[in-house]
Amino acid sequence: MTDEKMRLILEVWRQDGPRAEGRFETHEITDATPEMSLLELLDRLNHKLVEEDVDPVAFESDCREGICGTCGLDVNGVPHGPEDNVPACGQHVRSFKSGDTVRFEPFRAKAFPVIRDLIVDRTGLDRIIQAGGTIAVDAGTAPDADTLQVTHDEAERALDFAGCIGCGACVAACPNGAAYLFTGAKLAHLALIPHGKQERAKRARSMVAQMEHEFGPCSQIGECALACPADIPLPAIAVVNRERIRAGFKRKAN
Amino acid sequence: MSAGAGRKRAAVGLTIDDLRVVGVALDGKVPDAHPRDAWTDRKLHYSLVNPSNRAKFKIIVVGTGLAGAGAAAALGELGYDVDVYSFHDVPRRAHSIAAQGGINSPRARKVDNDSIDRFVKDTVKGGDYRGREQDAYRLGEEGVRVIDHMQAIGTPFAREYGGQLATRSFGGVQVSRTYYTRGQTGQQLELAAAHALSRQVAAGHCKLHARQEMLDLIVKDGRAQGIVVRDLVSGKVRAQTAHAVILCTGGYGNIYYKATLAKNSNATAIWRAYKRGAYFGNPCFVQIHPTAIPLMSTWQSKKTLMSESLRNDGRIWAPRQKGDPRDPADIPEAERFYFLEERYPAFGNLVPRDVASRNIRERIEAGYGVGPLKNAVYLDFKTGIERLGVKLIRERYSNLFDMYEELTGENPYVTPMRIAPSVHFTMGGLWTDYDQMTSIPGLFVGGEASWAYHGANRLGANSLLSGCVDGWFTLPYAVPNYLAGLLGKAPLDHDDPVVAQTIAEVEDGIERLLRNNGTHGPDHFHAKLGAIMDVYASVSRDPEGLTKAIGLIRELREEFWRDVKVVGGSDRLNQELETAGRVADYLELAELLCVDALDRDESAGAHFRTDHEVDGEAKRDDEDWCFCSAWEYPADGGKHIRNFEPLTFRAVPLQQRNYK
Ligand SMILES: Cc1cc2nc3c(=O)[nH]c(=O)nc-3n(C[C@H](O)[C@H](O)[C@H](O)COP(=O)(O)OP(=O)(O)OC[C@H]3O[C@@H](n4cnc5c(N)ncnc54)[C@H](O)[C@@H]3O)c2cc1C
Ligand code: SF4
Ligand code: FES
Repeated sequence: MTDEKMRLILEVWRQDGPRAEGRFETHEITDATPEMSLLELLDRLNHKLVEEDVDPVAFESDCREGICGTCGLDVNGVPHGPEDNVPACGQHVRSFKSGDTVRFEPFRAKAFPVIRDLIVDRTGLDRIIQAGGTIAVDAGTAPDADTLQVTHDEAERALDFAGCIGCGACVAACPNGAAYLFTGAKLAHLALIPHGKQERAKRARSMVAQMEHEFGPCSQIGECALACPADIPLPAIAVVNRERIRAGFKRKAN
Repeated sequence: MSAGAGRKRAAVGLTIDDLRVVGVALDGKVPDAHPRDAWTDRKLHYSLVNPSNRAKFKIIVVGTGLAGAGAAAALGELGYDVDVYSFHDVPRRAHSIAAQGGINSPRARKVDNDSIDRFVKDTVKGGDYRGREQDAYRLGEEGVRVIDHMQAIGTPFAREYGGQLATRSFGGVQVSRTYYTRGQTGQQLELAAAHALSRQVAAGHCKLHARQEMLDLIVKDGRAQGIVVRDLVSGKVRAQTAHAVILCTGGYGNIYYKATLAKNSNATAIWRAYKRGAYFGNPCFVQIHPTAIPLMSTWQSKKTLMSESLRNDGRIWAPRQKGDPRDPADIPEAERFYFLEERYPAFGNLVPRDVASRNIRERIEAGYGVGPLKNAVYLDFKTGIERLGVKLIRERYSNLFDMYEELTGENPYVTPMRIAPSVHFTMGGLWTDYDQMTSIPGLFVGGEASWAYHGANRLGANSLLSGCVDGWFTLPYAVPNYLAGLLGKAPLDHDDPVVAQTIAEVEDGIERLLRNNGTHGPDHFHAKLGAIMDVYASVSRDPEGLTKAIGLIRELREEFWRDVKVVGGSDRLNQELETAGRVADYLELAELLCVDALDRDESAGAHFRTDHEVDGEAKRDDEDWCFCSAWEYPADGGKHIRNFEPLTFRAVPLQQRNYK
């Protein structure tokens, strides 16, 4: 713990609802400390606003430890904040100097309408899952998991992709608002595990179609992987095309 | 929301008899068979619902954590008409996602002598004989197939080089039965479960209602027949009726203000159900996890767990010298006190959580704490890295080490972690019978929201197991058994006066908060409550402190209703209003928790009473306290009513725990 107090100017986006017009509001925090997270900085601001009878800034978070993907906002124009590959809840005031301005905005993407202030609707990602990112095995019907050999490295590789926290930063970081990193991570994860192989082609077709329905195209810029707090490797975007082409050749389900 | 608030009484000098009356003995409806055969026996007697009739039954599931997502998906797969509610924006965000270390399953493949019997023994003994052994058997038996199912629907469990599933050991156990995916097991299980739920939503068997908070239970003719929810975006309050309601709403550890739980986890669903007549089991059994990152600053929003699995390869120590100012690297071996290894040679660093937490807190309170606030001890990986190499340590724990570094700015591969105990899990919860039904027919509970399985102390990795088992494998047997008796009955009519009445009461509660016009936001009162709980109802408790706490909580509750202010209105997204309702409930539940702790005149597991100990170990009183306390809401505003379900032990005979 340090006794160092920092003065920060907070510019915060305020918007009453999806169709309301938004605006920036400026506030000052004079007792920020370097070890505070950026969400704790917003907590600090909200505490002050409530004491002053002002509506606090709406923003989302839950686990505050980088695993649930609930947090997500732009900090000075960058999804999640200045540090690469770290979610908003893990970003810290120590990235700034006393006197700096920190601008908080909602994720900016066509597919993510603003609900209020810094909260956006990211359910579009879950509609991609619903389209086919699942495995059709009912409770109780699975075979013994030990009889299905999965090599150590395969399991590790699947996990590299399965770690996506579904935060949507990849979409917000992409100038086209594409969801390739997210979709690719799901497709890669499922293609690498035994039961996921069953409906592989059918899954690729339906998930990619749903993705294209709501999200933008990929121009392979790579901003998504820099923003991604789960370190989903950039090759995930190539997986989308690989799986799509593979599915195109195979008219079968798998 | 209001009944508890008006109670005005000075607590000083109160005795337990001023606070509670003893109610009746409850029947847990446990089969008479030997505990090992209880589940087989019960399943045989369950009524079934014909597949063609299932779609006629409407079931509400509240919660989409492991328990809720599993229950909803499994019942959907069977063909029931399911409505699922969550306050999260999407199901997969539920708090289960944050679990790190692993999930137990007594598959017993190794030759380390594991078995279902041993699993039950570990669970019952670990819980200090304050849970049902029949429940533990059911958990173990169904737990065997959980790994198969979760693997099949997407969890990439860690594998050995030969391709088989890998396991690790967890605290309180001498065999290796914990399955894992790095340090993110909960995430992989939760994603798999939530995706399976998505499949049922896509198939039309489950209807999803996200960003909706359950604020009340509809009870008519003595049966749970629906819920009242508030849409967190539009603010609209409405009701939904059903044949049965299943609550899988998680634990209430956030009553302590700063805990390891996700920020939004709360007690509102179970508390409001309690106030409609569901009994609350063992509210004072709260687990304090030994290894969390301690508080480092005023605005730190919560504590962060460092998984128990780390104790497999990490060693806990504190300097032998009080207030030792040296950097840990400069403290020679001889001046380090590996207190768990020395005090508990058989289990060492792997003693159960309550034992570890008490020992750590003892060191800190005795002045041996480390770190800037002297509020921690070390968890050191030096020996582990020497023994196994950095690569293997990284493979096992990389995300935990990264998380630690992200939060503290220190690299645990080089410098030992600083850890301290934190509230983490609540063993208490709504009381349920063996069929997972509460004292209100038609109201079922699964996962952490229930009192089942863990007794007075939960073993590490047993909660992900109970969430998965309840959801996928036991509620789908028990709920249809209840539904079978309702064939031909429609769900309660939405025009029924009880529905309107319950909605009106919820709206009044909201209005009351909004009109209050005090000076502080709800968080202010939550912080104060946390401070009281932390001092008087934490790792050790005593009657004097608890009595004092009850007085302080009553004062704080009055202060809350005098002085809380809720900024903003009710007809839109309003997080202050959400918090206010939750804090109001905590202020009532906190009193019950302390009354239960005062009432339970023994030590058991995590409930450590300093007036009941031998050699610093919890001393149970099986003569007088071998039961589950099931608290009943005094609708007339009178004393708390404590019913009790006697517990008997056949398979695992009663004995004092000993980890030395
Ligand atoms: C940091 C951490 C690590 C852990 N690690 C492990 C581990 O390694 N192994 C292990 O076995 N256990 C672990 N646990 C414990 C375990 O994670 C939890 O006990 C378990 O996940 C609880 O699951 P659940 O399904 O009961 O509830 P939760 O996952 O908490 O889900 C609750 C659900 O209910 C919903 N809800 C709640 N109230 C309402 C309401 N009023 N209206 C509408 N919806 C509502 C929420 O939206 C959510 O969907 C850990 C716990 C913590 C805090
Ligand atoms: S791929 Fe990365 S950035 Fe995109 S949703 Fe997943 S975790 Fe977030
Ligand atoms: S709040 Fe969960 S990832 Fe940030």
